[in-house]
Amino acid sequence: MAAISLRNIIKRYGKGKHELEIIHGVNAEIADREFVVIVGPSGCGKSTLLRMVAGLEEISSGEIWIGERKVNDLEPAERDIAMVFQNYALYPHMSVYENMAYGLKIKKMQAEEIKARVDKAAGILELAPLLDRRPRQLSGGQRQRVAMGRAIVRQPQVFLFDEPLSNLDAKLRAQTRIEIQKLHRELGITSLFVTHDQVEAMTLAQRMIVMNAGAMEQFGTPEEVYNRPATTFVASFMGSPPMNLLLNAPGGRPRTVMGIRPEHLVIGDTGWEVQVETTELLGAERLVYARLGTEQLIVRSEEVGTSVPAPGSTIRIAPREDRIHWFDAQSRKRM
Amino acid sequence: MVENRPWVTFFSHAILVAGIAVVAFPLYVTFVASTLTLGQILSVPMPLTPGSHFWENYAQVLTAGSTQGAAAPVGRMMFNSLVMALVIAVGKITISIIASFAIVYFRFPLRRTFFWMIFITLMLPVEVRIIPTYKVVSDLGMLNTYVGLTLPLIASATATFLFRQFFLTVPDELAEAARMDGAGPMRFFFDVLLPLSATSIAALFVIQFIYGWNQYLWPLLITSEESMYTAVIGIKRMIVGGDAATEWHLVMATAMLAMIPPALVVILMQKWFVKGLVDTEK
Repeated sequence: MAAISLRNIIKRYGKGKHELEIIHGVNAEIADREFVVIVGPSGCGKSTLLRMVAGLEEISSGEIWIGERKVNDLEPAERDIAMVFQNYALYPHMSVYENMAYGLKIKKMQAEEIKARVDKAAGILELAPLLDRRPRQLSGGQRQRVAMGRAIVRQPQVFLFDEPLSNLDAKLRAQTRIEIQKLHRELGITSLFVTHDQVEAMTLAQRMIVMNAGAMEQFGTPEEVYNRPATTFVASFMGSPPMNLLLNAPGGRPRTVMGIRPEHLVIGDTGWEVQVETTELLGAERLVYARLGTEQLIVRSEEVGTSVPAPGSTIRIAPREDRIHWFDAQSRKRM
Repeated sequence: MVENRPWVTFFSHAILVAGIAVVAFPLYVTFVASTLTLGQILSVPMPLTPGSHFWENYAQVLTAGSTQGAAAPVGRMMFNSLVMALVIAVGKITISIIASFAIVYFRFPLRRTFFWMIFITLMLPVEVRIIPTYKVVSDLGMLNTYVGLTLPLIASATATFLFRQFFLTVPDELAEAARMDGAGPMRFFFDVLLPLSATSIAALFVIQFIYGWNQYLWPLLITSEESMYTAVIGIKRMIVGGDAATEWHLVMATAMLAMIPPALVVILMQKWFVKGLVDTEK
């Protein structure tokens, strides 16, 4: 168990004229035993950041500390970490037992101790009946559990997860998410979890790092990120459907973007006049797509007890005053 | 078959049978001829059923060789061929797999250059470079030696390519997982890559073994002592033109013997191919 410290991490690719900076100075202090999710759209640099912590990518500038040690120049195996990959990365020709034991064998651990650790991990993850199988004889969910087992037996200071749920179907994803939460409660190992899925981020994170185009836009608890987003990007990335960001809303200020979530707009007799374009029934609620001047917005309304706004009609929606967010139109930052 | 008309089935079977006959018949004739005496072979028509001199002919050929032309026992020649084929096959595989490993998994200066150099050697078959190679081998005093027979043929660009293509299909994450487990490059090579390459190695072994076994031009040039002849050379040498009568029954026996090891290798390795094809999944 150890704290992770990211100090001004910069990553550059290429040389000379073709040099590209893809991660611009990330700073974060992750506490011991904390479960931190790094979330962002494809290409934002979150996997690169994780790989730098893992030691699979070189750090162009900055320092990474795990516990009391600066790990910039240490090989992955020396950093006392374990990683779970998106594609499981299990050794195809080895059995489940051998897959989990491989790292320990290399460390020259005694056979009895290896067996003890593997059996314990297999118990936690319910892999005991599968120990003699090859990866190709396992389902996707089972393979992912073996990958986690391989990480657990190392008893590392830090767990790194690189989009481990992306290859699973929706139901399995939800199941495995709960298993990961359970695991973290039981073992309490500091974890860094990368995902592009904001639902995974919201449900798993104790705190999350929201990344966009190589920069860390916000580092906070799910509650902070959702209710007090630091930039328009964070505001629109978290939450589905995304927050409405309006430049020309009535009651708005010049050179300021007003942000209001679809669930905080109330259809009624007062408020803005908008034209309904279309509606979507989601089952328990209805999404209304409307137009306010030149801008489009989405409203969440309950399905029961209200009439369905007809496409083309005009309705009035009122924003909840205590839920309006203001962002500077130029810097996109929260005011 | 989409259609199930009887005459189509009959027709396709007839063609297949004809094809097999064309390929197998000469082998059958060779076998039959190897069991007859010279007199029976030269008589017209030659009998098409196996004769009774099987053991006699083969024993003579293996221990004493033909009395015309080359006089080396075929047993010795087959041994030479075996050594040559095995050393070449094992040598080619070993060298290429290590070369491919370096090219695919390491970054070093001039990596591209080396890769293209290997590629270019594909355009230079043995025959093209045979005179300089002969001179070098001769100067090094390696004529009539096993080293001379095998060393110049032991590098293989084809095998390097095949392994490279195979290694490129191994996911990067596997190498990264091994790195996280603390496996250094060579450990990764032996513990992970080699087992995964088993089927490629089996396939290449068959190809290279047959290549080495069938080598004719190079051993012909480089060996002048009969004790160093290979089996294929032996067959040729037994066929003497001019006044002496070729001992066809012995030649046929030698030909049969020369066919057996490659056939055995293919049959035995087949098990590995099939196993590999069924097992593939990462």
